[in-house]
Amino acid sequence: MHPPRWAERFLEWYCRPALLEDLQGDLHEYFERNLKTKGLWRARLIYIMDVFKFFRSYTVRKPEFINLLIHWIMIGSYIKTSGRSIVRNKLFSGINIIGLAISMCVGLLMIAFVSDLFSYDDFHENGERIYRVNTTDQRTDQRPFSLATSSVKAGRKIQETISGIEKVTLLRRGFGGDAKVGEATIPISGIWADEAFFSVFSFPLLQGDMKTALKEPYSIVLTEKSAKKIFGAGNALGQSVKFDTANYIVTGVMKDIPKLSHMRFDVLASFVNAEMNNISEDGGFMDWTNIYSNYTYIVLSEGSNPEHIQASLNKLSVKENIPLDNRKIELKLQPLHEIALQSKNANPIGPSINKIAIWIMAGLALIVILSACFNYTNLSIARSLRRSREVGIRKVMGAKKTHVIGQFVAEAIIISLLALVLSLAMFLLLRTQFLSLSPHFQDLLSLDLSPRLIFWFLLMAIGVGIVAGILPALFFARLNTIKVLKDASSLQVFRHVTMRKAMIVIQYTFSLIFITATIIGYKQYRSFLTFDLGFTTDNIVNIKINGVNGDLFVKDLKELPEVEDVSRSLLVTSLGNIYGTQLKYEKLKDSANVWVNMVDENYLPLHQHTFLAGRNFNPKTKEADETEVIVNEQILHRFNMAGRDPAKAIGEEVTIDGKKLTIVGVVKDFHYGTLEDEIQPLVLRHSGIDTYGYINAKIKTSDWPATFTAMEKAWKKIDPFHPLEARFYSEQIEEAYQQFSVMVKLIGFLSFLAVCIAFMGLLGMVVFTTETRLKEISIRKVLGASERRLIYLLSKGFIVLLAIAALIALPATYILFDKVVLVNFAYHQPIHFTELVTGLLVTLVLATVMIGSQTLKVARSNPAEVLKNE
Amino acid sequence: MKGTNLGEFEEIVLLTIAALINDAYSVAVCDELEKSTGRAVKLGVVHAVLNRLEEKGFVKSKLGEATSTRGGKRKRYYTVTSGGKAALIKAKEVRDQLWNRIPDFILKGAS
Repeated sequence: MHPPRWAERFLEWYCRPALLEDLQGDLHEYFERNLKTKGLWRARLIYIMDVFKFFRSYTVRKPEFINLLIHWIMIGSYIKTSGRSIVRNKLFSGINIIGLAISMCVGLLMIAFVSDLFSYDDFHENGERIYRVNTTDQRTDQRPFSLATSSVKAGRKIQETISGIEKVTLLRRGFGGDAKVGEATIPISGIWADEAFFSVFSFPLLQGDMKTALKEPYSIVLTEKSAKKIFGAGNALGQSVKFDTANYIVTGVMKDIPKLSHMRFDVLASFVNAEMNNISEDGGFMDWTNIYSNYTYIVLSEGSNPEHIQASLNKLSVKENIPLDNRKIELKLQPLHEIALQSKNANPIGPSINKIAIWIMAGLALIVILSACFNYTNLSIARSLRRSREVGIRKVMGAKKTHVIGQFVAEAIIISLLALVLSLAMFLLLRTQFLSLSPHFQDLLSLDLSPRLIFWFLLMAIGVGIVAGILPALFFARLNTIKVLKDASSLQVFRHVTMRKAMIVIQYTFSLIFITATIIGYKQYRSFLTFDLGFTTDNIVNIKINGVNGDLFVKDLKELPEVEDVSRSLLVTSLGNIYGTQLKYEKLKDSANVWVNMVDENYLPLHQHTFLAGRNFNPKTKEADETEVIVNEQILHRFNMAGRDPAKAIGEEVTIDGKKLTIVGVVKDFHYGTLEDEIQPLVLRHSGIDTYGYINAKIKTSDWPATFTAMEKAWKKIDPFHPLEARFYSEQIEEAYQQFSVMVKLIGFLSFLAVCIAFMGLLGMVVFTTETRLKEISIRKVLGASERRLIYLLSKGFIVLLAIAALIALPATYILFDKVVLVNFAYHQPIHFTELVTGLLVTLVLATVMIGSQTLKVARSNPAEVLKNE
Repeated sequence: MKGTNLGEFEEIVLLTIAALINDAYSVAVCDELEKSTGRAVKLGVVHAVLNRLEEKGFVKSKLGEATSTRGGKRKRYYTVTSGGKAALIKAKEVRDQLWNRIPDFILKGAS
């Protein structure tokens, strides 16, 4: 019936000696009382709480000045002895420094990565007070949909009715296109912004007046870079630039946008123009439901509470939502600094990344770093025999426990600082590799060194040193001086064997999880690329049509001998692009959202879609009315059409966009979305698409570059300004799943590092064990043990540890993928046994070879030599 | 010596120590206070006050004999110093003076 030991120890550790004894007694007395009245558990809990409550300024031990002074004086000695010890054991120091360096370079990447993301938009002076108004669109029966955009009406209402806001600026996406100056045409893109833009955001103007630059209609502000692109070295201010049919005057040139800005654009145009364009075109510009193109940013007044503003926004939404049926549109404030760290909003104004992804990656990096710390701890304690005399002498000379701890922690920190130098070099080398992993990273990150970053790096190195060094330091501090000096071999080096074994098991468990995850991930990724989508993508090149006459180009394409067939479509399926519409089935008075692709009559044969019933579209001219539609099986299921029999569904009538269409064919289900999504009801419409969408060309060529050049030549005739955007279908699919390939590469890289570090740790342990048992081995040999028996004897222990690690790691990985990762994919391959075991086998074989070779060396040694030296 | 002012709670604790004579250690003071005031008194509070009283020189303390209870730890017994006594008397005088200035009838209705 004791109070918890650790709480007692904690009290002993922090409490001033003068107060300690009676305080301990008092708490114990209360503990005994509570034991009788409240039971053991409550009594212990109260004891623990009391121990923490007594942690006060008057009870806490003050650090003794003299101790600190001694540390300061001794630091030279620590460095000297550490240096000697590093040089003396080159293998062990090498393992430690290289292992730490490798793992720390991952840490550096991680820190640079996170620090970049958290310093997004730091350059805005009012940054703390800037918020964006986001929109949540909730339709009945559907999941809420978050957008970074909001309606113009919301923006105006906020401006007019809500107090506590200093400034509001409205932006609109989609300005830009071909900038024409004289003969030159340069495509640039940007946003519309109102005159408050420059007083909300801190983008300094090099030329022009920030107050009036965006006030007048037909004025634009260029970034320095785009001004150079358009006007070269000449003066841009006051020049006129033609977009479409209108002339715009350059009223300002701003400094280039810093890399770490969530907002990216080449040009700003005055918002008045957006208003003029849209009000004349359609009346929906000021609609509450027109939430797809506009951004509203606000600056709160000093001391204004965002919660109050949010409450006013809620009130506003409730009022405006009254006329809507089955739909709720809500406004949500988002602080500026969180914008780059949240990727769930549609219509983003610039790049962003999911916070969770950051934490997962930071967690993985931490595991790798801890693994290297384990190595250090393990090897240092194992080698404690060598340094115990030194510690003994130090203690005799008057070193206290804290001094010994200080010395060994200092040594660990010195080693980790050495490792930092090495890892910094690695970091600089790896940085570009890391960024080139994905274009997204390149867009998002700079990873530039800055004083702040260096500070964090140093802090991390010191942290790593402390974590790695604290256990050995405590071990040395507890050594019994007399015993150590009398007979060093009496030292119980093997007392902490369980802990060390546990560390090896943990290391290998994580290494195996990493390797297996990489292998499974890679297999799954490959299977996505080769998945049977329900149609063929072989040798198909998709060409994007951007506002030019597509039919002209089709004609030219058909003349090329390499082009076998050509079709048109609104979008390329299976890449994650989707387009939806409402379908009504009058017969059963039912309607639902369905996915759409608009195609011509060549599309289905060219992609070899399978017809379950009916026929392809009949050819029709562009102007002819649309009468036919082809559906997939899911439509029959969703609407319970014709008893779900494809043959009987032919001839059924459905209504889309107010047009009555007859089903002429039913195609087998195919993957319209990515493999993450279930196959949904879908219709293929036969509709004239001309200046947008894609051309799908079936190519038969052995010389793709030559074909591409031929196509480019044809393209130039139709659109001299824009490059030809022709991509192989298979390439596009690869790109659609690119995030997974990035993930696999990252985890693969981490697993390589983790395995390297684990191996180095194992090597160190094996070398140490065999060296200390050299005498035992020799005696066994003299007594007639065979080499094979000796190897078995020496390596048995390690193999068992690896086996335990495998027993933990493999089921864990399986469960992780089966229950957590792969459930996100509606269509995926099952996990094969071979994928699980491959990693294990590779690790096991390598480990066995390493252990075997080391033990063989010892087993082969001449016993006479070893024993003679005694 | 820090400020020699005597706070209200300090005064009560000091009085309790005096009342307990030779038996005044933290837990006993706690219990006695609970008994006399009828309120729950936290050890943490009393401990801090005892410590402060000692700093101010109103009490002195010494460790007693070890017993088998309390996990074998000794108790710290507190006794009131002459400075403490003087402070108590002074406090009482202040109160008495005030009491004497209050005519009887004002407080009559309360009891």
